Amino acid sequence: MTLRRLVALLLVTLQLAGCGKGAPEPEMARIKGGTPAYGDALVSGSIGEPSNLIPVLSSDSASSDISGLVYNGLVRYDKNLKLEGDLAQSWEVSPDGLSITFHLRRGVKWHDGAGFTSRDVLYTYRITIDPKTPTAYSESFKQVKTAQAPDPYTFRVSYAKPYAPALESWGMPILPAHLLEGKDITKSPLIRSPIGTGPFVFKEWLPGQKVTLVSNRDYWEGAPFISRYIYRIIPDNSTMYMELKSGGLDEMGLSPVQYQRQTNSRDFMSRFNKYRYPASSFSYLGYNLRLPLFQDRRVRQAITAAINKDEIVQGALLGMGQVAHGPYKPGTWAYKPQVADPAYDVARAEALLKQAGYLMGKDGILVKDGKRLSFTIMTNQNDVRTKSAQIIQQRLKKVGIDVKIRVMEWASFITNFIDTGRFEAVLLGWTIGQDPDIYDVWHSSKTAPKELNFIHFKNAEVDRLLDEGRGTFDVEKRKACYYRIQDILAFEQPYTFLFVPDALPAVSARFHGIEPAPAGISYNLIKWYVPKTEQVY
Amino acid sequence: MANYLVKRILMLFPLLLGITLITFTVIHLAPGEPVEMQVSMSPKVSAASRARLREFYGLDKPLHVQYGRWLSHLARFDFGRSFAPDNRPVTDKIIERIPITLSLNIIALILEFGLAIPIGILAAVHRDTLLDRGISVFVFLGFAVPTFWLALLCMYFFGVKLSWLPISGIHSLGSDRLPALARFADMARHLLLPIAIATFGSLAGLSRYMRSTMLEVLSQDFITTARAKGVRERTVIYKHALKNALLPVITLLGFSLPGLIGGSVIFETIFAIPGMGQLFYQGVMGRDYPLVMGILVIGACLTLVGNLLADLCYAFADPRIRHGRG
Repeated sequence: MTLRRLVALLLVTLQLAGCGKGAPEPEMARIKGGTPAYGDALVSGSIGEPSNLIPVLSSDSASSDISGLVYNGLVRYDKNLKLEGDLAQSWEVSPDGLSITFHLRRGVKWHDGAGFTSRDVLYTYRITIDPKTPTAYSESFKQVKTAQAPDPYTFRVSYAKPYAPALESWGMPILPAHLLEGKDITKSPLIRSPIGTGPFVFKEWLPGQKVTLVSNRDYWEGAPFISRYIYRIIPDNSTMYMELKSGGLDEMGLSPVQYQRQTNSRDFMSRFNKYRYPASSFSYLGYNLRLPLFQDRRVRQAITAAINKDEIVQGALLGMGQVAHGPYKPGTWAYKPQVADPAYDVARAEALLKQAGYLMGKDGILVKDGKRLSFTIMTNQNDVRTKSAQIIQQRLKKVGIDVKIRVMEWASFITNFIDTGRFEAVLLGWTIGQDPDIYDVWHSSKTAPKELNFIHFKNAEVDRLLDEGRGTFDVEKRKACYYRIQDILAFEQPYTFLFVPDALPAVSARFHGIEPAPAGISYNLIKWYVPKTEQVY
Repeated sequence: MANYLVKRILMLFPLLLGITLITFTVIHLAPGEPVEMQVSMSPKVSAASRARLREFYGLDKPLHVQYGRWLSHLARFDFGRSFAPDNRPVTDKIIERIPITLSLNIIALILEFGLAIPIGILAAVHRDTLLDRGISVFVFLGFAVPTFWLALLCMYFFGVKLSWLPISGIHSLGSDRLPALARFADMARHLLLPIAIATFGSLAGLSRYMRSTMLEVLSQDFITTARAKGVRERTVIYKHALKNALLPVITLLGFSLPGLIGGSVIFETIFAIPGMGQLFYQGVMGRDYPLVMGILVIGACLTLVGNLLADLCYAFADPRIRHGRG
């Protein structure tokens, strides 16, 4: 059911997309009704306030929402999640995979009128790796051996060894060198009023209230139809939802309950369009592999077999998501559609636990060597996660495993339990990056405190495949590596992969030109428009 | 009197120092660090960048060094820079938030005193009647109903169903182009619900207090004397009794002083009001030590000043304090 709806949605998407990009705009407009027109404002809502609008200095989603409209990188992901040129018109990777040459777009202007050149790219690179810059993003740029700007429109980087995620890393927003060079970036006025090359120009930021952007008339891809983009800060989800209903917001991401139960009235449906597509994240139950209990693969497989993942998707997400079998998003090139992970099968779970030496105790809990099969699932304060943990608790009880649940505040959770390794099982989520390199989460060298392989997964073959996968630009070779990794993870079950939730945005129906695609809906924001007769602002 | 004042003011400094020392220790005892909030569980962050961030914020130094540093800045009225990624001066962050919280709280305070005092008097005068009981039910309802719930109901009813009032925020979009008067009206419409609900919730405490002090005064001998002399009941209540009953209430006003800069987190979050409550909450959740310390110090100062003012009022009104121990 879920899948069929998704396919249906994708089909619709593809049809619309067919007349989208290359075809002239009026044609698409005829299908949708109304003529593209300049004007009006899009009011969007955010729970959090941006922290810092110089992208290398911030890591919160609100800041990157705004930065994404004000700045450009050299490359970006298109609607089908393929890399395409952004500020770089084109690029070449040398045959040995060791250097990349970017040919920059000519005639691009910063919002203050200065011209964009390779000097800006070089500056962005240098400030990111500068030890004095407090940034969280220096890692992939540190792989760079040399960076040169031979002329104003060429930029060349070389690496010590081929590094596939390199290309993606140049999607980093490029900063204006003429405004920042030689100054202390942490005290720059650009933190509060950024100047970029992007489709929208920063206008004002009222702290705690809103950030206003206006369309960039000189944007190299053509000016956005929408004149103003207003980003309101509304810290409470219920308030945001009421603002949406009363017309104070044009766009928000709905929760599964809101999508399924509260937005089906005729009035709502006539005023809003709801969209649904898989989000780029997955949730998992991870086991501390340093504990003897979880070192036995059969126990991990049995737990997975005892969990009904469909039930979690139905119960915790009201069906607004899909079951996960591995660390990739279904439909992306690295995702292997069929892996042999344990399916929901209580009999098999019981058999596996018996093989592992567990016998049923008097209180209905399995026992081995006098020890009850009992563990604690830790998670942070997140409604979907606590519900999932409760559903898992019920299912595991049926096969004789006693599960306790502990819910904690994020900071304490990470510092006191994850970093110190004092946990048994955790229910958490990862964002799925566009590049399939998952070295940091699964490589055995990444198990030091504060590193991401905190469950201590160590597998020599996976290590080798991860190195191989990031060491070549050949997509087929990489695909083979990542397919094999998914097979190994499916067999080993270091995590029980639970689900990939759906993103559920609702957008006011006066906005036309929205074309849902694998990348979501906002990738073509500059093509959204409101016909003259429907404009309200 | 002057001697007493100087003594009291000198006493404030060791008190303030003690408060900062304790709060500084407590906030650092909370697990997690500002760096944690920004980078933990992010695949793209190396141990080296983490160390760099810690060094940038001075978190690599021992705690007493950090405290000393912070204190020496404070002595120069510098709260330091926020540990949030924006790295702005804490003073700027507080200053841009204070006006809205302060004006909301002052209006709510005026309304609270303006309503609770007459309500309390009314209840005392009509003690144990149906009116008294009705008032009790009404004020305790306001006290007992969770404000966030009432706020959501009112927002839904007046905002979504009837579309009479805006739902959240403090300005409409585009209100900056309106003339001053219309702009003011727009803001008033936005603040109507928050102020009304905040006042409703706070009526109980003060009005019950007013009622009991009023009853106490009314039972005293001089009231009986006044009545016996044949003074009109109105004069008895509003001239003789009220004057005496109001005295302790006025000291309560002194205690409300620190509350003026503190906003309610839940309230400001629901109504999307960019005030101090939200700022403080974000500071705590992000372990933004300088910001949290800054707000706490201001709060502590206001508490101390409020106490001082209350004491001075006592001293002013009661010569025994002024001369006896002063």
